Amino acid sequence: MKLLHLVATTVTGLLLIMGSLDLAETGDPAAPAATHVSPRYIESSLEETGVENMVTAVLADYRGFDTLGEVTVIFTGAIAVLLILRTGLKEDEE
Amino acid sequence: MIWSLDFVLLVLSVVCAVAAVQVRDLLASVVLLAAFSLFMCLLWTEMGAVDVAFTEAAVGAGVTTVFFVITVFKTDRVSRD
Amino acid sequence: MTLPPEQPPDVIIKVVCRSLVPFIQLFGLYVVMHGHSSPGGGFQGGVILAASFVLLVLAEDRATLRHHIPPAALNASTSAGVLLFAGLGVVCLALGANYLDYGPLPFAEPRSIGMLVIEIGVGITVMAAMLSIFRDLLEF
Repeated sequence: MKLLHLVATTVTGLLLIMGSLDLAETGDPAAPAATHVSPRYIESSLEETGVENMVTAVLADYRGFDTLGEVTVIFTGAIAVLLILRTGLKEDEE
Repeated sequence: MIWSLDFVLLVLSVVCAVAAVQVRDLLASVVLLAAFSLFMCLLWTEMGAVDVAFTEAAVGAGVTTVFFVITVFKTDRVSRD
Repeated sequence: MTLPPEQPPDVIIKVVCRSLVPFIQLFGLYVVMHGHSSPGGGFQGGVILAASFVLLVLAEDRATLRHHIPPAALNASTSAGVLLFAGLGVVCLALGANYLDYGPLPFAEPRSIGMLVIEIGVGITVMAAMLSIFRDLLEF
């Protein structure tokens, strides 16, 4: 069984390494990610949003809907923990 | 990008991750996980992703460790597999 | 293994943690409010605020937790943050723009203020959610 786990991990790791070989270099200005959307954000995010921090401009303005989903996930997680743990508490008391 | 600093941080984070899985005492595992978070945080900072590093430091090394420690105290300290 | 029995916390730990907490909370508020101009934002600031309360509870006994952080307030503020976020989107809709498009908000710098409001919403939700999980784990 342990051998099977080792084989599965090694194969997955090798596949991931093979996939990562095709990724662009870190900070490569000719990478597809740096030639399509990034220039727009870098050039016009200050005028369009009036916010100095580009990360916040993308997170809270351009991709505000994404952040709403993220907050909803945290909210749902808290409710799930509440449901699981507080229900057990009540059964103990009875 | 500083090649040597990157290398040291990556090696340390891999060591921490493997040790966290291998160690039998779960409390030690939690502490190693926090150390892993710290090295990941330093790596993010070194790569220029300060916001991600901030989140990693606050969540990974701070709050998650507290949650894990409480859970270890509530359940069992010794790993069985 | 169970939690160690409740004993009165050491006076050094108590004093040091009590005097550290206000500074941590101030830093958390700074991180939330300065999300636009420096690294940080609602998520990180909320987690730091939650961590300050966790430190307070760890230094004091568990009665402090029950006394200072009632569960009803935690539940209410977890929902209130999401409501603030989604409500701002609805306000934008009512002012004639797209959902979460802060352009027509009636402020001098509408987009900046809109982002500040949603960062505060995120901060409230994250802080209350982390504290609620912490409380549930501790009381379980």
